[in-house]
Amino acid sequence: MSTTSGESTTLDVAAIKADFPILNKPINDRPLVYMDSASTSQKPVQVLDTMRDYYENTNANVHRGAYFLSDKASRAMEGARKKVARFIGAPDSNEVIFTKNATEALNLIAASWGRSNLNKGDVVVLSLIEHHANIVPWHMLAAERGIELRFIGIGDDGLLDLSNLDELMEGAKLVSVTAMGNVTGAIVPVERIAKAAHAVGALCAVDACQLVPHVPTNVADLDIDFAAFSGHKMCGPTGIGVLWARKEILEAMPPFLGGGGMIANVTIDGFTTADVPHKFEAGTPPIAEIVGLGAAVDYLTAIGMDNIRRHEVELSAYFMRTMKERHGDDVIIHGPSEPAQRGGVFSFAYKDVHPHDLSQVLDEHGISVRAGHHCAKPLMKELGVGATARASLYIYNDESDVDRLVEALDNASDLFSL
Amino acid sequence: MSGLEDLYKEIVIDHYRSPRNRGELETPPAKHAEGFNPLCGDEVQVYIQIDDGVITDVAIGGQGCSISQASASMMSAGIKGKTLAQVEELTAAVKSMMSIHEYELEDDDSGVLPEPPDVDLGDLEALKGVVKFPVRIKCATLGWNTLAEALSN
Repeated sequence: MSTTSGESTTLDVAAIKADFPILNKPINDRPLVYMDSASTSQKPVQVLDTMRDYYENTNANVHRGAYFLSDKASRAMEGARKKVARFIGAPDSNEVIFTKNATEALNLIAASWGRSNLNKGDVVVLSLIEHHANIVPWHMLAAERGIELRFIGIGDDGLLDLSNLDELMEGAKLVSVTAMGNVTGAIVPVERIAKAAHAVGALCAVDACQLVPHVPTNVADLDIDFAAFSGHKMCGPTGIGVLWARKEILEAMPPFLGGGGMIANVTIDGFTTADVPHKFEAGTPPIAEIVGLGAAVDYLTAIGMDNIRRHEVELSAYFMRTMKERHGDDVIIHGPSEPAQRGGVFSFAYKDVHPHDLSQVLDEHGISVRAGHHCAKPLMKELGVGATARASLYIYNDESDVDRLVEALDNASDLFSL
Repeated sequence: MSGLEDLYKEIVIDHYRSPRNRGELETPPAKHAEGFNPLCGDEVQVYIQIDDGVITDVAIGGQGCSISQASASMMSAGIKGKTLAQVEELTAAVKSMMSIHEYELEDDDSGVLPEPPDVDLGDLEALKGVVKFPVRIKCATLGWNTLAEALSN
C-alpha cells in the first residue's frame, strides 16, 4: 500500500470527491474534511441531478392515475425498488419496503411483527453495541407486553462476546442486532447469530445501517429474516429508509400505518390490505427520495462495493497506524484493532480533551467529526465514557484527510495546555 | 484561531481544570437536581444548601465538556453566599447575555429585548465568547437550568 498522502490503491478518491459539490466548499476557510459519514453521508451530483430531473420531468403521484406522468413516476419508483433489492441480494423486490428511515423500519418490526408475535415472558435478544433505534422500540414493547430483553455483551477487542450465545437464546423469539457497530465499527458475525436464532425457532433482524453503505451485502447469504437501513448514509437523500424481510413473514404481518395506498378494499365495516410491499407503505411515499436512493445504488454499484470495502479497510489501517505513530498513548481508539474486523468508524479519546471540545477545535480546521454518545448510551456506559469523538470514513476520504485530522489534534493539545 | 480563543478563555479553562465547589451535599437538607444534555451526554449535578433565604453552601458534580463544567463551576462560585433574590438576578443576567447575542447572531434587531439586569458578572463575563458558537450555548446554560430545577425542588 502506498504511503504517499492522498493516494488510494483501490479508489480514485480525487475523482469521487469531485462528484460531491459540498466537499469542494471550504469550512472556516479551509478545505472541508468530512468525517461524519456514519451519521449521514454526503450526496454526489448524480443523486442530486436525478432528484431534480424527477421533479422537472416526472413528478406525479404514484399508483393513482392512468395518465402518462403517474405511470412514469410509478415506474421510476418501482425501478428503484428493484435496484435496492438487487443491491442487497433480496430474492424478490416486493420484499423491499420503503420507510422514512432505518428507525422507522425497526419500529415497524417491533410494532407489527412484535405485537402480533410477542407476549409476556417472550425473549428478545439485543446487543450492548446497539443504536438506540434498535433498543427503544423493544423497551416500548417490553413496557406494553412484558417481554424480556437480553443483551449480548462485549468481549475482547470490542467484538461481541458470543460465548454464552446459546444460553441467551433460550426462550428467544427474536434476535435483533446491528451488523456493524455505529460507535466502534465492530463487525458482528450476523450469520452465526442468525444460525443460533434459527436453531431455537427465533427470527433474526439486522440493523444494517453501517453495513449496506460500506460492505457488499447479501441478505439471502446471511440467512437473516429482517434488515433495516437508511438511504442517507449511502449517498442517498434523507427521508428514505428500507425494511427488507422475507416475503412469507411480511405477508403474515399486520399493517403498520393505515391509510391510502395500503388497502385492497375499504367499507364502513372495515378494510382489507393490499399485497406487500404496498401493505406497509400507507400514504404518498417519498417518491423523489426513493428515486434518489436508486441513483445512489447505481453510484455505489459503479464504484463497486468490493472496492469500497477494500478502500475502507486500507484507510482504516492507515488511520490507526498514523494516529499511533503521531500520538502514541495519547490517543485511545475504541473497538477492534484489526481493520478486517471493523468498519471505518473510529470513536477515540485524545489526552483528556473532552470530545465536545475536540470536535469544536477540529471544526476550526475544517474537519467535521461528531462528538457525543452517538445514540448508544448503553455502550458508552460499558466503555466507561460519557461521550466520544467519532471520525467515520467513506469513499471520498483519503490519507490526506487522515493526516489533517492527526495534525489538528496538536492544536487541541496546545489550546488546553496539555 | 481567534474564534476559539474567544471560546476557550484562560479563566474558562482554569475553571474547567480546577473546578470550584466540586462534590456533594447531603440531601436533605440540601436541595439537589441533575441536568442532562441529551444530545452530547453532558451531565451536571447541583446541590444547594439554603438557610434563611441565603445559599450557604453549594456543590457541583457531573462530567462533560469544558464549557458545561466551567460554567457550572463559575456559577457555584457566583451564587455561594448570595440571597435567593440575588441569585435570581444573576441567573437573569447570564441568560440575557446568552440570548442577546443570539439575537445579534441572527441580525435581528427588530425584537424588543428585556433590559439586562445591572449585575456584576465577575468571572462569568468570560462566557460571553460562547455565544459566537450557538451549539455550545446549551453547554453553558446547562448548570443554570439545573440550578433553577434544584431551587424549585
